[in-house]
Amino acid sequence: MGALQSLHGRPEYLDLAEKTGFSFEQIRVLHERFKQLSHNEETLRRSHFNEIPDLACNPIRAQIIEAFFDRRNYHQNGEGTVEEIGFEEFLVVMSHFRPPSLHMTEEQRENVRREKLRFVFNMHDTDNDGTITLEEYRHVVEELLSRSGALEKETAKSIADAAMLEVASISMGHMEPDEFYEGITFEHFLKLLDGFEIESRMNIRFLNMDTSTLCK
Amino acid sequence: RASQRAGPPVFRREPVEGTLADASSAGVGHQEHAGNHTAANGRHNFTKKPFPVLSLDYHHIQTPFEISLWVLLASLMKLGFHLIPRLSNIVPESCLLIVVGLLVGGLIKLAGEKVPPVLDSRLFFLCLLPPIILDAGYFLPIRPFMENIGTILMFAVVGTLWNAFFIGGILYAVCQSQPDLNKLSLLPCLLFGSIVSAVDPVAVLAVFEEIHINELLHILVFGESLLNDAVTVVLYHLFDEYSAAGPVTVLDAFLGVISFLVVALGGVLVGAIYGFLSAFTSRFTSHTRVIEPLFVFVYSYMAYLSAEMFHLSGIMALISCGAVMRPYVEANISHKSHTTIKYFLKMWSSVSETLIFIFLGVATVDGPHSWNWIFVTVTVILCLVARVIGVIGLTYIINNFRIVKLTTKDQFIIAYGGLRGAIAFSLGFLLDDGRFPMREMFLTAIITVIFFTVFVQGMTIKPLVELLAVKKKQEAKRTINEEIHTQFLDHLLTGIEDICGHYGHHHWKDKLNRFNKKYVKKCLIVGERSKEPQLIAFYHKMEMKQAIELVESGGGVKMPSAVPSTVSMQNIQPKKPPPAKSAERSLPQLPKGREEEIRKILRSNLQKTRQRLRSYNRHTLVVDPYEDGFGDLLIKKQKMIELEKKMNNYLTVPAAPPDSPTMCRARLASDPQAYSVKQSSDSVPTIQVDLASPQSPDSVNVMDEFRRAKQQQEEEEEYQGLMMKPPQGPSGPNKPGEADTTRDPQKLTRCLSDPGPSADEDEDEPFLS
Repeated sequence: MGALQSLHGRPEYLDLAEKTGFSFEQIRVLHERFKQLSHNEETLRRSHFNEIPDLACNPIRAQIIEAFFDRRNYHQNGEGTVEEIGFEEFLVVMSHFRPPSLHMTEEQRENVRREKLRFVFNMHDTDNDGTITLEEYRHVVEELLSRSGALEKETAKSIADAAMLEVASISMGHMEPDEFYEGITFEHFLKLLDGFEIESRMNIRFLNMDTSTLCK
Repeated sequence: RASQRAGPPVFRREPVEGTLADASSAGVGHQEHAGNHTAANGRHNFTKKPFPVLSLDYHHIQTPFEISLWVLLASLMKLGFHLIPRLSNIVPESCLLIVVGLLVGGLIKLAGEKVPPVLDSRLFFLCLLPPIILDAGYFLPIRPFMENIGTILMFAVVGTLWNAFFIGGILYAVCQSQPDLNKLSLLPCLLFGSIVSAVDPVAVLAVFEEIHINELLHILVFGESLLNDAVTVVLYHLFDEYSAAGPVTVLDAFLGVISFLVVALGGVLVGAIYGFLSAFTSRFTSHTRVIEPLFVFVYSYMAYLSAEMFHLSGIMALISCGAVMRPYVEANISHKSHTTIKYFLKMWSSVSETLIFIFLGVATVDGPHSWNWIFVTVTVILCLVARVIGVIGLTYIINNFRIVKLTTKDQFIIAYGGLRGAIAFSLGFLLDDGRFPMREMFLTAIITVIFFTVFVQGMTIKPLVELLAVKKKQEAKRTINEEIHTQFLDHLLTGIEDICGHYGHHHWKDKLNRFNKKYVKKCLIVGERSKEPQLIAFYHKMEMKQAIELVESGGGVKMPSAVPSTVSMQNIQPKKPPPAKSAERSLPQLPKGREEEIRKILRSNLQKTRQRLRSYNRHTLVVDPYEDGFGDLLIKKQKMIELEKKMNNYLTVPAAPPDSPTMCRARLASDPQAYSVKQSSDSVPTIQVDLASPQSPDSVNVMDEFRRAKQQQEEEEEYQGLMMKPPQGPSGPNKPGEADTTRDPQKLTRCLSDPGPSADEDEDEPFLS
């Protein structure tokens, strides 16, 4: 990581920097925020997230919060959920939103893409079985529309059905009338969002700049 | 000539020796020589001549005739180019049009007539430019524009300033060293620099349209060309004012900066005000659908003129007016009006663009030229160099702030795409001859630069794009999955920003969205549509498109969707217990009896629809059910079979429930006819003929008349709610006047008589959902 800047007396930053790719300044800033959210405790719980006022009006709030407690996002091949997370896990989840660097090989870009899409996939696949079933997808769409005021369950269902049909058409092409499409696997998901350019869209600018937070 | 005129006095008097020149500048400033004509007539009243059976009176119609001739010429040229595919692949249209203009100008000159000053600045700025800009503004893809607004502003403002001063300054230095150009002082040079440095939207549009590069580059260059108008206006006026008045002080420079802010922001504000007015007006047009497009055009033009009145940036006013009003107007107007607006804008802007390039050619032949080798070549070289340096320098700075950095290839295209065009020429034309004795030299140099950029750069950019393998525009249609994930990502990123405690880009956008939804939409959008979330709006739009395509392609082989497949709803629904035998079948294989039934129903339905939608009253657009018009039965039969096959595959998308906002809106629309197709998950599609519901005032008569008509006809089937229900279709909410609505009827509304544009290539999601 180039020349060592001041470590602020925190040797573990080096370890974290290597693991997540953040700079020391960014880690420091995020650590401040972590401490602020957790009221200076060592770990974060779901209740801490629920206290963030801005998050309250977000329609997919529950899924976002769950994503932080989902072991699959810790890059350790774990499964299931945890009840509380430390700073390292917080940072690892945040690292999914790091923008890709300018000079990357095709392979690296592909890896970044897979990682980000995996994150989104994990958010949809709530029962950890590796596929997004129709029910789960319906739930996603319902949540998206839940805050819009018009909770039209029928329409949400139709949208989810149409989307599922599209996935099936793209991935499977030809199906016999009595075959059943189980759900969206990760490979199908990749193929589906092929043109989506998630590596340039799923980024937070903040994580790239050395600014201090506008804390609440 | 006066003696031959025995007819009644004309309303508008042409000058007796009407030349081409005078006539062409008409429309903007027309002279009337009424005086001596009447006198001449009076003297000859006493002579009796045989009554003229056929007489030629060219001067009576001269002005509109010539204008129409020019427009006709432009359109025929456009037609002609596309008939010669090889030519239009190599040479961009703009080049060919300029050549045509040169030829026409040459012909006129050879004929001895005075070439009309067709590129009169007033004509250009008031009539030719606004349609192009309005077209660009109305269909501006807001999302990519806003995402890159920082970059675009940097290029537009800082880049243009850099260009202007660099070119002006170096030119001055060069001129000082030349004996014959010595008297050119600094300010005229800077003025010239500012005129020639602005990237021209018309030229950019014309050339970039044909090369289909990716959205990012397109919006960067195009956005820059639009926004630099403010800079150009300020610089032009600044140097114009002060070139006579002496040296420019710091105070003047400071005032210039203030002036820039006023011009730019004022323009945007004026445009936004008119945009909101237009959106508000469109809220009340549900009973007068025919004039809806007019409001869009007139309000926008008023915005442009108002901005020009205050010397604000008219282009920015027009862009902001179009961009502001579009989401609200489109939610309020009918589908047909939407089509009308789109087609009219495209038509006008296309004709305008063609005319501009032809006139450029004509004006080149005409204009007094003063060729000065050094001045011209230095100008051309400086333009290129300044552009390249400017782009490289700015990109270096900008890349620090961008997530998606601009690569060298991108920079090259941006630099190469900086074309100059007719705006520069018109601004040069406006220069006062008295204050600027070098005006002719300026004009010559400007024309040379324009020719160079349009011909050389315009022709070579396409092969270069191929050579450098620049990313092209993605042709794929937006899918529902992408839409879902776009929304999802928006919320996700907003949430993460909130968790980080960082008030970034997404946070503010989300706040703006919520404000828009809560207050603005309620005010400007009629009825239920104001509450419709964007995802649902997108979904309905998609459905409608699919349905239109389905009907359109009834006789064709092409499948409407991008992915032909045999997957249908059956395959994704979880397995149900096997249904009763009559309904259990795989979709493509219907028992013969059912098939025949379906065909019969489809046939009669389509007949009826064709009957109904055949004619309309110009003012009310209510259909007349008694119009006959049984088309060719054979063709219909064929279409029926195709239609049915397609519907088995595609009408798997259940549509909006009858009371959803879109459907209510559909009922209020001009065509009271709604053509219903219904489908349920595991059996045959149902066809339902839905007469307009009684709520729509237009439809009441139709329904009564139709009921009467039905009774006269002898058919076995029920017409009211003509449908086939699957054995176990659950019933949903019942609409009045309609028998047994089932769960998710899909309606093809308002589109059957005029399918409109096949693919909405300007489809993009609104920035504010």
